[in-house]
Amino acid sequence: MRSPRPRRGVAFGLASALVASMGVAACGSSSSGGAPTLTWYINPDGGGADPTKGGQAQIAKTCTNASGGKYKISIQQLPNSASDQRTQLLRRLAAGDSSMDLMSIDPVFVAEFAEAGYLAPVPAAMEQDFTADRVQSAIDASKWKGKLVAVPFWANTQLLWYRKSVAQKAGLDMSKPVTWEQIIGAAKKTNTKIGVQGKLYEGYTVWISALISGAGGKIVSNPGANYENLKLGVDSQAGKDAAKIINQVATSGVGGPAVGSADETAALNLFQSNSTSGFLVNWPYVYAALSGTTPKIPWLKDVAATEYPQTVAGKTSAPPFGGIELAVGKSSKNPALAYDAIKCITSTKNQAMYMVKTGNPASSKSVFDDPEVKKAFPNGIADVIRTSLQHAVPRPQSQYYGDISTGLQQKFSPPGSVNQSTPGQAQSFILNVLKGKSLL
Amino acid sequence: MSTAIDTGRSTAAGPKKAKLSDRARGERSLGWKLAGPAFLVMLFVTLYPIVYAIYLSLFNYRLTDPTGRRFVFLGNYVTALGDPLFWQAFVTTFIIVIVTLIFELILGMGIAMVMNKIVIPRRTLRTVVLIPYSIITVVSAFSWLYAAKFDTGFFNHWLNFFTFGAWDLNYDWFGGRWSSLLIICLSEIWKTTPFMSLLLLAGLAQVDSAQEEAAKVDGATWWQRLTKVILPNMKAALMVAVLFRTLDAVRIYDNPYVMTGGANKTLTLSMLVGTETIDRVEIGMGSALAVILFLIVLIIAFIFVKLFKVDLTGGRN
Repeated sequence: MRSPRPRRGVAFGLASALVASMGVAACGSSSSGGAPTLTWYINPDGGGADPTKGGQAQIAKTCTNASGGKYKISIQQLPNSASDQRTQLLRRLAAGDSSMDLMSIDPVFVAEFAEAGYLAPVPAAMEQDFTADRVQSAIDASKWKGKLVAVPFWANTQLLWYRKSVAQKAGLDMSKPVTWEQIIGAAKKTNTKIGVQGKLYEGYTVWISALISGAGGKIVSNPGANYENLKLGVDSQAGKDAAKIINQVATSGVGGPAVGSADETAALNLFQSNSTSGFLVNWPYVYAALSGTTPKIPWLKDVAATEYPQTVAGKTSAPPFGGIELAVGKSSKNPALAYDAIKCITSTKNQAMYMVKTGNPASSKSVFDDPEVKKAFPNGIADVIRTSLQHAVPRPQSQYYGDISTGLQQKFSPPGSVNQSTPGQAQSFILNVLKGKSLL
Repeated sequence: MSTAIDTGRSTAAGPKKAKLSDRARGERSLGWKLAGPAFLVMLFVTLYPIVYAIYLSLFNYRLTDPTGRRFVFLGNYVTALGDPLFWQAFVTTFIIVIVTLIFELILGMGIAMVMNKIVIPRRTLRTVVLIPYSIITVVSAFSWLYAAKFDTGFFNHWLNFFTFGAWDLNYDWFGGRWSSLLIICLSEIWKTTPFMSLLLLAGLAQVDSAQEEAAKVDGATWWQRLTKVILPNMKAALMVAVLFRTLDAVRIYDNPYVMTGGANKTLTLSMLVGTETIDRVEIGMGSALAVILFLIVLIIAFIFVKLFKVDLTGGRN
């Protein structure tokens, strides 16, 4: 038998080292004297945690320097998927984590957090500043029950991407708004495809919601109501119009071979291959993605973007809205400083830099006139994005958004089986889930 | 054999009920004093959450919607037990439990018998066998996921090779319920068979070799020796292994979560509890489901202890 003594010594040494390092780490994370540290929970973007890559990390550094020692911003990266981001933020907020100074949140979660009372109120004196010059959809998405509860940072919207040659061959006049029916007809005629998102995931809700809103419908008729009184507008003429389009795209073959598993990337691939390339509904990153391929796409000049297709002819379309809003947690120790920091983060200069470097469009209208931005989004695409953002409609604002979205996706899947009774089934299922009468 | 054990136990339990001597009483009070604080901590960290979960399960309560909290009494249980999704998860869970248990028992028994017979590299062999069990489940789930995926995996390539090209190289294992469950079960079996074989090895070691030899001399075949001598003698260890493994398998979460995320009807009961409480923050319904899962575990344990007469305190007498 070996003597146990040295081993115990090693174990004791290790244990004490561990405890000591934990103590050091704990000290390190709290304020290290001087300026208070604001923690900014960022969604992963092109810049990652590198403060030189033009992402939120760089903005954090810029604003720390600009504050003149008033505050320091340290970043914490959230998980990749929006639902995992929500889970982490939600659990921290619910537990009263005092490090929730600044948060980058997906617009669809604003309502849930605000309703639960997790967000620190926006100072009345700054409201004007946070809404002036902003695109309307971003302001709408930052409000809950008529009050500004978050600050628009960047704003995303889907465009209709198309091949000029294909549109010309089909005889479509793209200078005027087109309808879904028209592009389905054009794709059939030219034997090309329309890239859409029909997989069972959030992107599918984006499509369903845009179609219903485009027909003048509202998925939630009385936002803010309790689950017992909530009224949905899915089972309506607008819902049926949407169902008809989804069915047509999925069953006529113009959506490609696998609409039911198509996400943004799959739709982009469909548009990228020359033989099927015709139309695509997708976010503005498409142009950068297409121009960044190797070997170079020879028909890049043939690519153009216009506003999202209309559900009903003559009715202005309702392009999907996305992006990121900034919010301050209720338990933050320095809410006033945090809002100061937000003012710096959302300055037009930072928004322009962010738009150029990461491709995420700004929420301030004036940024789109910036020469650098125009260079990054050429062929008038910058202007199309701005117009589209003005008409964009956020997905249903509700504290129960997650359930509504998942319920819609489940009942509308697979896209090929969507028919005129789907909206009714989806509506009653979602209401049952909200009332605790069905599991999701 | 089992009757003999039973009578032995009941006689052993008899004198306990007799009046305690001073010394025994003193020992008992010392025992309470020593174990008492730990017992209190146990109560605090296990009993309190359980009671709180049962309390919460009577409400329709969403964490982010505190004003919408309503007392629904057993409403959540009624909804859960009447919901097709619950029963689908129930069936999925038990398919996994039964399939993995059968294969683990057979393979585990085989490995245990080999380990029992082999003398020379005994310690090395036992260590080697334990490797899969020492790997974190999430890590092993990811390795099986990547091994089976059509783009990164080698399963399709091997199957393609061994079937002389008949197997589709792009076969999507995670595209359907049964193929997904097959991979999930394989991963489970690979990972927990070592645990099974170690428990069974302990049982095998208890078998009296004299009995085995006697049976051999009497002309019993290998199969007769296994079923009439070895298995009855290690029944206690066998049942404990089966019980532990069943209770463990009923709570399966990591493998399907990593591999399918519950798609294609591969959602298990634990995952359902997770979605309700963590993703939907429906604390009420989630607690109700957790309580139901707890009851299922209790029922299984009860069946084993009462019906199969598993003696968990076997080592005490």
